[in-house]
Amino acid sequence: MIRRGFSLSRFRAMLVKEFIQMFRDRLTFAMMVAIPIMQLVLFGYAINADPRALPTAVLLGDNGTYARSVVRALENSGYFQIVAWPARPADAEKLIQSGEVQFLVDIPIDFGRDVLRGERPAILIEADATDPVATGNALAAAAALGRTALMHDLDGALAPLQPGPTPFEIRVHKRYNPEGATEYNIVPGLMGTILTMTLGMMTAVAVTREFERGTMENLLATPARPLEVMLGKIVPYVFVGFVQVCVILGTGIALFDVPMEGSFWLLMLCVFVFIAANLAVGFTFSTLARSQMQAMQMSMFFFLPSMLLSGFLFPFRGMPGWAQVIGEALPLTHFLRIVRGILLKGTGWAEAWPSLWPILLFLAIVAAIALRRYRQTLD
Amino acid sequence: MTAAGPRGTARPGEAPAISVRGLAKRFGSRVVVKDFDIEVARGAIFGFLGPNGSGKTTTIRMLCGLLTPDAGEGECLGFDIRREAAEIKRRVGYMTQRFGLYEDMTVRENLEFIGRMYGVEPLQRRTTEILTQFGLAQRSDQLAGTLSGGWKQRLALAACVIHSPELLLLDEPTAGVDPNARREFWEMIHALAAGGVTVLVSTHYMDEAERCHRIAYLAGGRLLLQGTVPEVVAGSGLHTWSVEGPDLATLQQELRTRPGIDMVAAFGNALHVTGTNREALDAAIAPFREDRRYRWERVEPSLEDVFIHTLAHSEAAAAQ
Repeated sequence: MIRRGFSLSRFRAMLVKEFIQMFRDRLTFAMMVAIPIMQLVLFGYAINADPRALPTAVLLGDNGTYARSVVRALENSGYFQIVAWPARPADAEKLIQSGEVQFLVDIPIDFGRDVLRGERPAILIEADATDPVATGNALAAAAALGRTALMHDLDGALAPLQPGPTPFEIRVHKRYNPEGATEYNIVPGLMGTILTMTLGMMTAVAVTREFERGTMENLLATPARPLEVMLGKIVPYVFVGFVQVCVILGTGIALFDVPMEGSFWLLMLCVFVFIAANLAVGFTFSTLARSQMQAMQMSMFFFLPSMLLSGFLFPFRGMPGWAQVIGEALPLTHFLRIVRGILLKGTGWAEAWPSLWPILLFLAIVAAIALRRYRQTLD
Repeated sequence: MTAAGPRGTARPGEAPAISVRGLAKRFGSRVVVKDFDIEVARGAIFGFLGPNGSGKTTTIRMLCGLLTPDAGEGECLGFDIRREAAEIKRRVGYMTQRFGLYEDMTVRENLEFIGRMYGVEPLQRRTTEILTQFGLAQRSDQLAGTLSGGWKQRLALAACVIHSPELLLLDEPTAGVDPNARREFWEMIHALAAGGVTVLVSTHYMDEAERCHRIAYLAGGRLLLQGTVPEVVAGSGLHTWSVEGPDLATLQQELRTRPGIDMVAAFGNALHVTGTNREALDAAIAPFREDRRYRWERVEPSLEDVFIHTLAHSEAAAAQ
């Protein structure tokens, strides 16, 4: 029963056709290559979750040595850039309300005198916390200044005014990404999100297009079998996926010096599984959607939770339990762990496997649905 | 190949190309095809006629395995239409109503793709041969989307026959194509039929029906008439007078109210007055014949008269 089985020549026919159509649609093809570069540059250069040199206004009630040391310490932290010295509290209020400054530092009158008297005067830092991400790190840095800012001024007889030594020392040690470079997280994250977005959508549209343009009826009238059509549609996009991965990795290494601690080939294997999973999702959508538009919307429906719940945009451990459960079901979550592991930690096969099998399971389930849903008739 | 069974080995010319009985198909609660029997001999050109929504396309799709019938059975080229759709597909060329090839691929690329799907060997030679046969050689590198309607239809037909099928199913192949292209298209179909290919073609054009060896008329998912054109006309039991003269519109209004006259239709500069009972018809028009301004003549009912009459009758029957 050779005729019932998979025909390599028909599969090849589908492949050739898909590649012809893909390369003829130059705009889409260029986009698939350009999107990774654009996103990488935007995320890598333009978007920074740890912004520094934030505009700050200082309401100086005391022009003494101590007050100026505190201001200098704020500036030295790198987070605060003093842009205004308002004379009256009302002016200061206006600055922060209009958004001209992110912080308002209020150093009270007689600050120096109160320090000398040991009255522990308070410096008030008002933050425009509408964007908590932007202010979080700066405030953390400011909190530490209380202990260190006056270290050099309070010496000799004034030494007892220094705050007592804390009973233990907190030493922060950031591992894998000691500088906290966001690009290091962005590159693996983008690799996953871009593959999820473009590949899912492209396959979904590629199959739905056959229905929308009326070519599917013709295709179904030929002896083509579902697996041949499905693979013929998917494989060209596997190729596209690898092109995208190479673009992202290449750009990441060239522009951001992203390390490659682990095995390149292990990474490629995991990328392959991940690409296949996303293409299967796209193909499944295409069997459900009636138009290219619907297929796109369904892809977005899958893409958004992937992006939000996978740990790419927000820390996975910070999400509530139910969101983590959803996140665990998405291939992107596991893929991110694998890529971060291989790129930054140099993990091997043993560490990658616990994240790889969930993607394989996902792929098997979705591919089964796709094959069941794909109809060989028009019923 | 065991799946085909003894029927699969039938030599061309032995069994009819198509033989189906009691075919039925519904979509939801809507019955599209009902109790449908037809038989098409090998090498025949068989015309499918009927109004829109009469079930022509659905029947064709069931014949080539694109739709599964709800009831009925039958063979297409000796293969069971329910169980051996794959075998049927290999031997049938199906031309969809809407252009079903890829507009972003060239003429040659499209033909090669279809050829590969059917495992045509040697592909290059066969493609070139087909390009020449259908006069497409000059346009082989043109994108299919840039072809005009007539050329698209030519390409679609070429793609249908690249694998040398035994049966062609053409679903309104000439819709929206100019008369010259239509004529050329029918010449190609006759040439194919002369070569032994069976052709089943659906159409709305009466002149095309006359080019078929046999025709079938469908309405409301039922087969109402079938046979050769003269058979269908003779079998209708209709009698027709043609009348020419001034102010035919007024005459038409008056004639319509007379008993014995079933149908009055305008045909160019004449009216066709049709009835089922010859005596009653003659009696009905007798007073009008005395008017010297009109010229009356007994004519053969046209195919259109027959179809419209049949359709009106079947609707009246269905309403009861």
